[in-house]
Amino acid sequence: MNGAVTPRWIALWPALMLGLFFLVPFGIMISVSFAQRDAGGFYQPGFELASYARFLAPFFARVLGVSLAVSLGAAAICVLLAFPFTVFLASMSRKVQTRVLVVLLSVLSLSEVIIGFSLSTLLSQTAGIGNLFYWLGLIEAPRAYTPSLFALMTGLCYLGFPFAVLVLYAPVSRLDPEVVEAARTMGASAPRAFMGVVVPMLRGAIVGAFILVFVFTLGSYLLPQLLGRPEHWTLSVHITDQAIYQANLPFAAAMSVFLMLVAMALVGLSSLAARDGGAA
Amino acid sequence: MSQHLKLAYICVILALLAAPLVIVTGVSLNAGQSLRFPPDGVSLRWYLALFREQEWLVPMRNSLIIAACASALAVLIAAPLALYAWERTGWLAKLLTGMGMAPFALPPVISALGFMIFWMTVGGYGQIWATIVSHGVFLVTLPLVTISLGLKAMDRALIEAARTMGADRRTVMRTLILPLLVPYVVSGYAFAFVLSLNEYIIAYMVAGFTVETLPVKIFNALRYGYTPILGVVSVLFAGFAALVFGLIGRFGNLPRLMGAERVRDE
Amino acid sequence: MTELRIEGLSKRFGTYFALDDVSITIPHGRFVCLLGPSGCGKTTLLRVIAGLEAPSAGRVLVDGVDQTAVPTHKRGMGMVFQSLALFPHLDVAGNIAYPLAIRGVDRAKRAARAQELLDLVKLPGMGGRRIHQLSGGQRQRVAIARGLSIDPQVFLLDEPLSALDAGLREHMQIELRQIQQSLGVTTVVVTHDQKEALTMADLVIVMKEGKVQQAGTPMEVYHAPANAFVADFIGSTNLMPCDCDGKAISVLGARLPVVEGDLIRATGAAQLSVRPENVALVPPAEGIPAEVTFIRDLGESVHFVMTAGGRTITAQVPPAARPEIAVGDAVGLAFRPGHRVVLA
Repeated sequence: MNGAVTPRWIALWPALMLGLFFLVPFGIMISVSFAQRDAGGFYQPGFELASYARFLAPFFARVLGVSLAVSLGAAAICVLLAFPFTVFLASMSRKVQTRVLVVLLSVLSLSEVIIGFSLSTLLSQTAGIGNLFYWLGLIEAPRAYTPSLFALMTGLCYLGFPFAVLVLYAPVSRLDPEVVEAARTMGASAPRAFMGVVVPMLRGAIVGAFILVFVFTLGSYLLPQLLGRPEHWTLSVHITDQAIYQANLPFAAAMSVFLMLVAMALVGLSSLAARDGGAA
Repeated sequence: MSQHLKLAYICVILALLAAPLVIVTGVSLNAGQSLRFPPDGVSLRWYLALFREQEWLVPMRNSLIIAACASALAVLIAAPLALYAWERTGWLAKLLTGMGMAPFALPPVISALGFMIFWMTVGGYGQIWATIVSHGVFLVTLPLVTISLGLKAMDRALIEAARTMGADRRTVMRTLILPLLVPYVVSGYAFAFVLSLNEYIIAYMVAGFTVETLPVKIFNALRYGYTPILGVVSVLFAGFAALVFGLIGRFGNLPRLMGAERVRDE
Repeated sequence: MTELRIEGLSKRFGTYFALDDVSITIPHGRFVCLLGPSGCGKTTLLRVIAGLEAPSAGRVLVDGVDQTAVPTHKRGMGMVFQSLALFPHLDVAGNIAYPLAIRGVDRAKRAARAQELLDLVKLPGMGGRRIHQLSGGQRQRVAIARGLSIDPQVFLLDEPLSALDAGLREHMQIELRQIQQSLGVTTVVVTHDQKEALTMADLVIVMKEGKVQQAGTPMEVYHAPANAFVADFIGSTNLMPCDCDGKAISVLGARLPVVEGDLIRATGAAQLSVRPENVALVPPAEGIPAEVTFIRDLGESVHFVMTAGGRTITAQVPPAARPEIAVGDAVGLAFRPGHRVVLA
C-alpha cells in the first residue's frame, strides 16, 4: 500500500497530552527529589542530595527489605498457582474461558480498599474463618487472623493472582497444543510433558509474569495498612506517608525515583527474559 | 491429566477468590450495626441507606463523573496514538507507545506522587478536573491495548479493497476502520471506566481531601469502624465490574481481547 | 473498449527485482491469466496495475491513458482479493453497493444494482445476509459481485479461487469465465494453478523471477512452449538434453529425423521436450532401450515411469491401450513424430 491511511499529525494530540501530563510530572518529581524540604509541606527549589542520603539509614534498608521480601514471596506464590491455572484454562472451551476471564477481570479491577476490607472481614473474629474453625471445633475460641503477615500475604496474593493469570494467558494460549500431544505420543506422561515441554517453552513468559506481578504488588499501598502491622509497611506506604503526613515531598520523591528505577530495571529484565523465552 | 481434574483446580481457585466476596455479601445483609457472618437477621436496610445518605451519595457522584470523563479522555488519547503507531515503526511511534504503556508497568504510587507534585506546582491540586486528567492519562494503557489489538486483527486487504473501490483515505477511515474499531473502543472505555472507579491512590493524592471518591470514602470510613454499609459498597463494586466484563464477554471476544489467538469454539 | 497496456514495468525491492521490465498488451474484453510459481512477481504485477504498489520504472496505460500516477481509488478498477476482503460490518448488499455508496449513488439505485449483481452471481435474495453466515463459495460470489458493481473497465482477481476445495473450484472457474464473457470486461487473474489458467483464459502469461516467459493462448503455451521452464510448468513433460542440427534430433543415443509438426526453437546443444502422452512404448528392439521402474495406474490413464540412459522418462497411456508390461521389464521408447519440441 502506498503510504499510511492515517495522517502524521494525529500523533500531535496524544504526544501533547502524554508529554504534558506524563513526562512533565516525572521531570518535576525528579527535580523535587533533589530539592530542599520546606516545612510548609511544599519544597524549595535547589540541588542537594540530602533526600537520597537518607537511603543509607538502617530504617530505610529495613523498609526496602520488607517491601522486596513481601512482594517477592507474593509473586512467587501467585505465579506458582497461576501457571497451571492458566494452562488448564487455555484448554477449556471458549465459553468457559470467557466466564473465568470475567471473574478474574472483576477481581482484578476491585479496589485495593475493597479487597482489604473483604479479607479483613473474612479473617476477622466475628464473621470469618476464625468463627468457622471454632464452629468446626478446630480451635478453642473464635480468633482473628488479622492484622498479621499471613493476612498481608493473603491479600497480596489475592491482588496478584488474577494479574498473573492475565499476563500468562496470552503466551500460554498461543502455545501450540500439538507440541504437548507430540510429546505424549512419544511416550511422555502428562506431568512429564507438562514439566519437560510446557514449562521450558514458556520459561520466558513465566519469568516475565513473575517480575510483573512483583512490580504490581510492590505498588500495593492500602493492603499493608489494612492487613499488616506497621512493621510490614512497604515503600509505597512510606512514600505516601512522607508526601502527605510528614510533609517531606523531596524525600517522597527520592523514594519514588528509586522505586521507579527498581521497577524499570525489573521490567527491562522481564522483557529480556521474554525475548529469550521465545514463546512470550 | 483429565479435564475433570483441571476443571476442579480452576473451580477451587475461583472459590477461594470468591470467598471474601461471599462473606462481604453476607455481612452487607446484616440487620444490625455489626459485621456478623452468617448475618444477624437479613435486611436490605444498608442498601437503602447507601442511596439515601448524602455522605455516600457525594463520593458516588464524584466517582462516576471522574470515571466517565477520565475514560473518555483515555480513549481520546489512545485512539489516535494506536492509529499512528499501527502503521509506523519510527522512534516517535515507539516512544509514544512506551509512554502509553508505562503507567501500568510502574507501581501506581509513583504516578500518583508525580501527579500530586505536578498539580501542586502548576495549580489544580484538590480539583476534580485534576483527578480526571490524571486518571485519563494513567488509564490510557487500557484503550491503547484494546484498540491496538483491534487494528492488529484487521486484514490490510480490507483497506486495499476499499481503496480499489474508490475510497480515499478519509473515506476508508470513516466507512471501514472506525466502524470496525467500535467494539474495541467500547471495551477499552469500559475497562478504563471500571479501573477508574476502583482507583484509590491517585485520586487520594491528587484531590483526596477535597474530592472524595468512593474508594477514598471507604478507606476513611474504615478508620471509624467497619459497618455493613462498606459491605454494600463492595458488593455493588464487584457486581458492577462483573456486569461490565460480562457484557464485554457476551458481545465481544474476551479471550481474543486478552491476547489469545486460537480459541476452541464449542 | 478497454485496452490495458503495460510498458517496461519494473519493481525493485532493494536489489531484488520483483518485476523486471515487463511489457504486455491486453486487448479489450480478454480474459488473461498471470501464471507462475510463487515469488514469480505475478501478484506484484496485479497490485501495480491496481495502483496498490508504485512501480520503480515503466507505465500502466488504460486505453492509452497513463495511469501510473493515478491513485488507486481513482482508477475505477474492480478487484477481488485472495482473502476476499469482504467487510464484516456490512451485509451482503452493503458490501456489493459499497463502491456506489461512497460515490453518492442514492439508496434505491444501490439496492437495484446489488440485486442485479446478486442475480448475476446466482445468489438472488441473499442481500440481507451477514458475511459470516455465508459458505466459502457464496463469499466468493459476493466478492466477485462487489468487484463488478461499478462496471469496471478492468477487473482484477488475485488467486480468487484458492480457498475453495477442488470440486467447487472447478465449478467456479467455469462460472467466472461465463460471467466475464457475458459482460465482456477486460479481466486479469493471478493464479499458480495451470489447469485453472487453461480452463479460463484467452491469454496465458507465464512468469518466472519477475520476467514474462511467454504470452500466448492456452494451446500455444501448451503445444508450443517458448522455453523449457514453460514446457515443464504447463502440464507435465519429459525434458532431455539433445543435439539438433535442424534436420534430425540426437537424443539418448538415437537419431530422430525432424518431421512436419516438430517444433525446433533451438539448434546445437538443446533440450528436447516430449509430453508423456506422446511417448509410446514399443518392443525393445524398435526404440530407445529403457527399463520400467514404476507403474502408476490412475484409472483414467496409466503412467509408466522408466529409466533410459540414466534419465527418468514418463509415458502416459490410455487404459484401453495398456500393454502387458511389469516393473523391471525392458521396453523400447518412441517419441511420437510431429509432437517433439526442441528448446534452448
